[in-house]
Amino acid sequence: MRQVLARAIGGLAVIGLVAGAAACNSSSSSDDAASGNCGYKLAFFGALTGSAANLGVNIEQGFELAIKQYNTKKGSECITVAKFDSQGEPAVAPGVARNLVADKKILGIVGPPFSGESEAADPIFEEAGIPTITPSATRVSLSANGWKTFHRAVANDDAQGPAAANYIKDVLKAQKVFVADDQSAYGAGLADVVKKTLGSSVVATDKTEADGKQTDFSAVVQKVVSSGATAMFYGGYYQNGGLIRKQLTAANWKGVLVGGDGMKDPGLAKAAGNNAATGTVVTCPCSPPEKAGGTFVADYKKQWNVDAGTYSDVAFDAANVFLAGIDAGNTTPEKLNTYLSTVNYTGIANVYKWTATGELDPNSIKVWAFKFDATGNTIADQEVKTS
Amino acid sequence: MTTTETPPTGAVPAAEKKNWRTSGGVRGWFGRQHWAVRTVLALVFAAVAYLLPYAGDVPVLGPQIITEGIDWPSALFNMSYYVLLALGLNVVVGFAGLLDLGYVGFFAVGAYTVAMLTSPDSVLHTEWPWLAAIPVALAIAMLSGLILGWPTLRLRGDYLAIVTLGFAEIIRIFATSSETLRGDRGFSDIPHPPGSYADGKPIFGVADATPYYWLGLSVIILVIFGVRNLDRSRVGRSWLAIREDEEAAEIMGVRTIKYKLWAFAIGAFIGGLGGVMFAGQQGFMNSQTFILQFSILVLAGVVMGGSGNLFGAILGGALISYIPDRLRGIEDPIFHTDLFGFRFAIFGLVIIAIMIFRPQGLIPSRRRAMELKDREKEVAPQ
Amino acid sequence: MNFSGLIQDFGPLTITGLAQGAIIALFALGYTLVYGVLRLINFAHSEVFLLGSYACLIVWGLFGLDQNSATPNMVAVLGYLLLGLLAAVVISGVTALGVELVAYRPLRRRNAPPLAFLITAIGASLFISETVGVVTKRNITGVPPLIRPTDVVVIGNMHVTNLQILIIVLALVAMFVLDRFINRSRLGRGIRAVAQNPDSAALMGVNKSRVIALVFLIGGLMAGIAAVMYDLKIGVTRFDAGFLLGIEAFTAAVLGGIGNLRGALLGGLLLGVLQNYAAGLFGTQWLHAASFVLLVLILLVRPTGLLGESLGRARA
Repeated sequence: MRQVLARAIGGLAVIGLVAGAAACNSSSSSDDAASGNCGYKLAFFGALTGSAANLGVNIEQGFELAIKQYNTKKGSECITVAKFDSQGEPAVAPGVARNLVADKKILGIVGPPFSGESEAADPIFEEAGIPTITPSATRVSLSANGWKTFHRAVANDDAQGPAAANYIKDVLKAQKVFVADDQSAYGAGLADVVKKTLGSSVVATDKTEADGKQTDFSAVVQKVVSSGATAMFYGGYYQNGGLIRKQLTAANWKGVLVGGDGMKDPGLAKAAGNNAATGTVVTCPCSPPEKAGGTFVADYKKQWNVDAGTYSDVAFDAANVFLAGIDAGNTTPEKLNTYLSTVNYTGIANVYKWTATGELDPNSIKVWAFKFDATGNTIADQEVKTS
Repeated sequence: MTTTETPPTGAVPAAEKKNWRTSGGVRGWFGRQHWAVRTVLALVFAAVAYLLPYAGDVPVLGPQIITEGIDWPSALFNMSYYVLLALGLNVVVGFAGLLDLGYVGFFAVGAYTVAMLTSPDSVLHTEWPWLAAIPVALAIAMLSGLILGWPTLRLRGDYLAIVTLGFAEIIRIFATSSETLRGDRGFSDIPHPPGSYADGKPIFGVADATPYYWLGLSVIILVIFGVRNLDRSRVGRSWLAIREDEEAAEIMGVRTIKYKLWAFAIGAFIGGLGGVMFAGQQGFMNSQTFILQFSILVLAGVVMGGSGNLFGAILGGALISYIPDRLRGIEDPIFHTDLFGFRFAIFGLVIIAIMIFRPQGLIPSRRRAMELKDREKEVAPQ
Repeated sequence: MNFSGLIQDFGPLTITGLAQGAIIALFALGYTLVYGVLRLINFAHSEVFLLGSYACLIVWGLFGLDQNSATPNMVAVLGYLLLGLLAAVVISGVTALGVELVAYRPLRRRNAPPLAFLITAIGASLFISETVGVVTKRNITGVPPLIRPTDVVVIGNMHVTNLQILIIVLALVAMFVLDRFINRSRLGRGIRAVAQNPDSAALMGVNKSRVIALVFLIGGLMAGIAAVMYDLKIGVTRFDAGFLLGIEAFTAAVLGGIGNLRGALLGGLLLGVLQNYAAGLFGTQWLHAASFVLLVLILLVRPTGLLGESLGRARA
């Protein structure tokens, strides 16, 4: 009898969990429409859970900060934040994207952050006609799909790669360079361009597994040391970048690690330790926020209690572009999309002016090199030429 | 748990319940009905399944069922290919008793073959339509089952588990690192299934997942018929013999290696079918999908639902996809933060709870329940 | 294929591989012990390791140490190391016992089929790692540089650092003590008895439940030591670190012969070294694939691993 009872309780518990959870669905959509172009939503679409969540959260927080500031300025909850968690996975993205387009109040989307999920989800956004601004999907071919709603708020790999190579050649004056990547669409794409641009000064190459799939890099480190390279380019994200830097330092390698914008994150210094990270160079197709004035860095820290990370600033800009459009009365996705095709907005990281395929105007692209300082922050070093 | 029935303590309802249970519960009752009644009931059940995309329109109950953070028809489609995988894995684990931790490998083989043959990104440049790629994909998936099975089926239970796990990891790493399979860059523009409405719009578009779900459901029904017949045939009886006592089966003249290979090949076939469906809906795929956790999840589904029982496997497969999706977009009552970050943690707890309260799964296989009752008598005091 | 590179770097790849392999070996003990006694794959063992890797960081954090701290003096380092080890070992041990209590014991009482144990372990593993993931916002946590790697022995281009020596020696000592314990002590005899024949052991007066708990505890302790060494070597931990290394440790256990303590040591070291050679020869992206190919090849020749299963049988 006791066991029958136990089973009954167990069954009830499971049912109760599901039903109870269902009972508190957050379906509180307030319908105070349209006073001063308010009552609409902007969506973030990207990884909030899963192994790539750290990158997604950086972007989401930048995005949400812009909207919070806008709402404070307006004095009301004018624009609502809608978050859609794709887990960064192409397999999950379509279902979440269809859910997003079902919400007719959403006027624009910041995301998807990764190239893979963009390929899977963007056709759905295209069909629904909702404009997207991706802060970080840099695969070159994305803009060649003929999507009218696609906009990229950063330069693609073809623009950034040569700049990183030029920095290694002209500023570091390295004769021997080791190039490695993490086999991600982003990292491998970037590393390939760097290899091509550097040509014969690349003495050896290697590939690692992606972030979170490998932590012991002793074989790569040994290859770098043996190759006699004085500079290493790593195409990948900051976690692996930081781990490699730390293990290189532990192996007594004195050269400079260079990376792309995926490594421009305080997380690199966190993984490597500030001492080891100091002097690491990252290039970014963005301008230093302090050049634009404003208080983004401080505001971000105040709001989220962490430092702004990779692409936080770009996402902040992307949200502001949308908000400026909505403020100007573009309150349908179609109008907002048209607005994007004509916009010329100067944000904290870039000047946003898009070509017909959704790429940034090539004339407005600037690539800067940043250096990690002894406190673990990235400090603007110099502008690098892109060709 | 279910095996240790304590005698009823005099209460009448308990005695009635006992009778109901000993006569086989719902399934026993279903089995005693006239075949016509059974057919009608099965048809009604199938009709309900086909109408599930509209569950949200049912008053009161509907909104409790559908998912919040993910489009409901898409969630249903995801469930459908998880169910296919669970059905396939159930053949390997449930029927033949071979512990396979790398089942996602076959799913990957099916999906990648379709991608290679159809996508313009592929080195083959064949760009076949989706339908034409299916037979090739299924044949290659089956072949891969045989190739994996041939050298490894000599290994005993847990060694087989780690080898199959290794096999799936090798496939994943190969998919990530080889130029031909394009790794993280993946294949884009994989064609959708054919067909169009009268107004020229394709049935299988990108915006609505309902047709994909119906397609998946139809495939599932076909697979159920196939697997059920197999299980009741000579092959199924051989599997049972192998699962129970391999050596005894061998002595009695069951060609164990042959039937184990059969189980692997059929499991691989169904897994490949899941991959084909996935690729057809997705349009784009890369190596990110085929991670190890995926196989482990499907295995959890099969065992949770009731390993060895078709409907158990279906239920389990559906649940592993449904529970995490259902937990999206739900606020917790205490801190009012979104629960989605916790959904896999909660899911882990649900798995533990289900297994503790129903160790043979939600819908246990009747044969297995009987075996367990036998073993119960032998157990040493804890 | 880069043969000249492999030959040139053979020495350094060997020593770094041995250090990694020592960690894997200690981690693998947990799998091997539980398997030897219960014939079950303890999937949740990876999370036992994970919590250990956080426990020592939390203790060091209490002393204000983080990844940016300067390396303290010798005496302080020794103190911190011991404290960190203690914390990791305690937390890992408690976690292992907790997993046994919540995920295994109720099932054992009901005489559940073996697969059910596998699934509850997966559930426990999901729950722990995902909760850590949520709490840490899925970010990395840095490790204080308690030991700055300095060369102790240099042979050609092979630099053996103090950290590598520490890791390898600590692993060997832990293994030796454990081997002695299992083979010589009364409790160890109980473990071997249950491993050989649980029912007879129970009849002979061995408390089976206590033995099983003990086995989980020992596995946890070893994982705790491995976790501290992992932190020091890699320099970072993350919510999925356990899962990642767990697969390797499990592979190592099977490679050596699951259920066999010395097999775990051999398997771990072999795996660590061969992974590095494969990375040197084919490229780092093939490192994990190499370990599985190796495993399949060895199992085809020796179906129960290199040293066979033997916890309890003949000698440990």
